[in-house]
Amino acid sequence: MLLYVVSTVFVCYLSFNLRRNQLTPIVWNTLFWIIILFTAVNAIAKSFSQERYGRLLYYYNLCSPQAIIVSKIIYNSLVMLVLAVIGFGFYAFVMGNPVADVGLYFICILLAAIGFASVLTLVAGIASKAENNATLMAVLSFPIILPMLLMTIRLAKNAMDGLDRSISTDEIITLLAIDAIVITLSFLLFPFLWRS
Amino acid sequence: MRKIWWKILCIVIIFYVIVMGFMGPVPHLPILNETIRNTYFHVALWLAMTTLLFAAMIFSVKYLRAGRINDDDIASELTKSAIFFGILGCVTGSAWANFTWGDPWPNDPKLNSAAVCLLIYFAYLLLRSSFEDDQRRARISAVYNIFAFAVFIPIIYILPRLTDSLHPGSGGNATFGSFDFDSNIRRVFYPAIIGYILLGMWLAELRIRIKVIKRFREEEFIESGLK
Repeated sequence: MLLYVVSTVFVCYLSFNLRRNQLTPIVWNTLFWIIILFTAVNAIAKSFSQERYGRLLYYYNLCSPQAIIVSKIIYNSLVMLVLAVIGFGFYAFVMGNPVADVGLYFICILLAAIGFASVLTLVAGIASKAENNATLMAVLSFPIILPMLLMTIRLAKNAMDGLDRSISTDEIITLLAIDAIVITLSFLLFPFLWRS
Repeated sequence: MRKIWWKILCIVIIFYVIVMGFMGPVPHLPILNETIRNTYFHVALWLAMTTLLFAAMIFSVKYLRAGRINDDDIASELTKSAIFFGILGCVTGSAWANFTWGDPWPNDPKLNSAAVCLLIYFAYLLLRSSFEDDQRRARISAVYNIFAFAVFIPIIYILPRLTDSLHPGSGGNATFGSFDFDSNIRRVFYPAIIGYILLGMWLAELRIRIKVIKRFREEEFIESGLK
């Protein structure tokens, strides 16, 4: 997955190589989040489908569904966090770093990693029950993740322009609220999914 | 729900709304002019859609609690009629936008989030179609339906209000209720919502009955094969 991020970033770098001056901060930001989004979908889509039937059965006997979903969300959040931070490092290394307030940008990455991971874990659970799950995963997750992505991009834009942090509290609170809703729902709904 | 009275009520209300909507007295406002009549159709359709989706979510919860396949039938058909209203809401809205904002699809947060919501529910239909087994499809799409509704409410009703939107009630624009919702409009608007909800229930009910008949015949067919 790390290689996936790095090579995607590198492809973007090469594509923009010709016209470096056209890479405005907005394009820079949007491109970064789109790379992160696709990485997230690819990384998390595997979290249910890659495990064998036997092992799922073993988990099923071993512990409660709540424990499974919470541990999956935590694990995926950590994976996303590592991927996003390394991705950001490499991205800033090759594409230049116009971010003024790096601390806020990292808060933004943290919130986005948790949010993406929790939405996509539940959706991956749903999609793994169906047959053609790669397509289904994309179709189900993109519309749901869109508001979160938009909020994140707005927050990241504030961080890039180095605006005062008090301006961004609205976005941070909204993102936290969305994360909370999604995690609660996954917690409540996953047991029904797990049974089948 | 086999009773006939609510269907008659539905027809009466819909005709009342159509006649009064086009002929009734309306307040004259700048920019809006006569297009304010679209309130009876556009706004009422969206509210009816939200109500139907809420009902569908309730039935999804009921299905997950009790596991009766009928609840899932009801939930899915209510969602389908809600999607139908959603598409109609988009069409009426863009006709309205064309005359008041000068563009059938202005780049407005509420429009975009409405489009996202329709995508979410189209994904619901796709999800339903990708299962063979009835119970499994019912359970998983019920889970997705609850999840989708919980995302739908913030997208449509909360996020657009945080940003600048052309719609009333957001970005510092006043809501309709505060200045121009006079009693003439109220007299048609509230019945319109009820009428559309009844119409949606009627559509859903017909399709549920077809489903029940189909399932019954399938079972009969299987039983006759076993004998």
